[in-house]
Amino acid sequence: MKIKYYPGCTLKTTAQHFEISALAVLEELGYEAEELKRWTCCGTVYSLTSDDLIHHLAPIRNLLRVKEEGGNRVLTLCSMCYNTLKRANLLIKKDIEKRDKIKDFMYKEVIKYDGDVEVVHLLQLLREIGIEKLKEKVKVILKGLRIAPYYGCMLLRPEEAAIDDIENPTILEGLTELTGAEPVNFPYKNECCGSYQTLRRPDIVIERARTIINSARDAGASMILLSCPLCAFNLEAKQEAIKEKYYGFKTMPIIYFTQLLALALGLNEDKIRFDLNIVNPVPVLEEAGIMVKQD
Amino acid sequence: MGKIDIKEIRGKETKKIFTLSMENQYSCYQCGKCSAGCPSAPFMELLPNQVMRLLQFGKVERILETNTPFACCSCFVCSSRCPKGIDVAAIMESLRQLSLRAKKDDFDVKDVDPEELEKAPPILIVGTFRKLSS
Repeated sequence: MKIKYYPGCTLKTTAQHFEISALAVLEELGYEAEELKRWTCCGTVYSLTSDDLIHHLAPIRNLLRVKEEGGNRVLTLCSMCYNTLKRANLLIKKDIEKRDKIKDFMYKEVIKYDGDVEVVHLLQLLREIGIEKLKEKVKVILKGLRIAPYYGCMLLRPEEAAIDDIENPTILEGLTELTGAEPVNFPYKNECCGSYQTLRRPDIVIERARTIINSARDAGASMILLSCPLCAFNLEAKQEAIKEKYYGFKTMPIIYFTQLLALALGLNEDKIRFDLNIVNPVPVLEEAGIMVKQD
Repeated sequence: MGKIDIKEIRGKETKKIFTLSMENQYSCYQCGKCSAGCPSAPFMELLPNQVMRLLQFGKVERILETNTPFACCSCFVCSSRCPKGIDVAAIMESLRQLSLRAKKDDFDVKDVDPEELEKAPPILIVGTFRKLSS
């Protein structure tokens, strides 16, 4: 089966391992993600002020390209892209006045767009494919691994964009369980990592990341599972700074849920790419007896 | 916070926040759920519920003297938990916009270590520009 795919900028740069593993898992499930021939940055964040229509153009134009290429749904991996595309789409579906203004701005586009493309996150697609079908494909049982699923914000809030229960999501727990690993519940699973404050206020992100990682560890996890490339960056890249500030802080691997699935499906290492994770997850996997130690 | 001034309550800036956010600050009854859930609250000079209260009195300038709108992460916990359905995150964005449209940027890319910038994901760089600069 084919589905149109919008990667977004970060999947081509710092989150390449997310894209590689996701596409490999989809292929294994019989899905072909067709990357849009033409796409641009989605704008990253959804505009929240009523008069700021110009920033809705980027996401809308990307959705228009999906329609232009004959698609009626588009798959996203990045949580921020998902949220921005999803909300911009909902806006022009429900606000006729704004829709007309945005369409008028794009009057030279041959295809007219009214919000008719469905925006789907990979987790939603996996839910649709079904846990059972995924389970059939599992070749490596990840027994002995305790994982803390972390959702962040953009998959859950606001409610109109939520892919799961807004306060107590469980979809990542379900995926973790089917690999044989044990999902660990921890109170920070849907709390913000500090998001775009990293560059301007790294102190906020250092505190947030430390709280989230320590909470996951206290709950018994040895790694964190997530979907958002910005959460991944904040939680991974800030660990050095946390170590400098807090004596005794222990680092923790942060992996994409697609890497975990690729591992469980028995895919090759070039489809998992643990070498691109900032904190190397291999020692934890070796300790759990999932990967064999190479000398 | 100074005296309550009817001119401020009905002032241009108060109205601007309303037209930008399309949210009614007067429906806030100070339950404090927004501040309780806010990940940036420990770093804020004013808590989100205090911002809402000051906004009811038209004290927009007083709010903009603090770091609060720019310490917000736009995580939408406040908006999703508000029992009155106020999109507090949209109000925070309107406050930021008021400041940014007066050319008061909160972010200068020159202040960032070039090495750090090189490692940063595009969503982080674009997001920072979009939220903290005009």
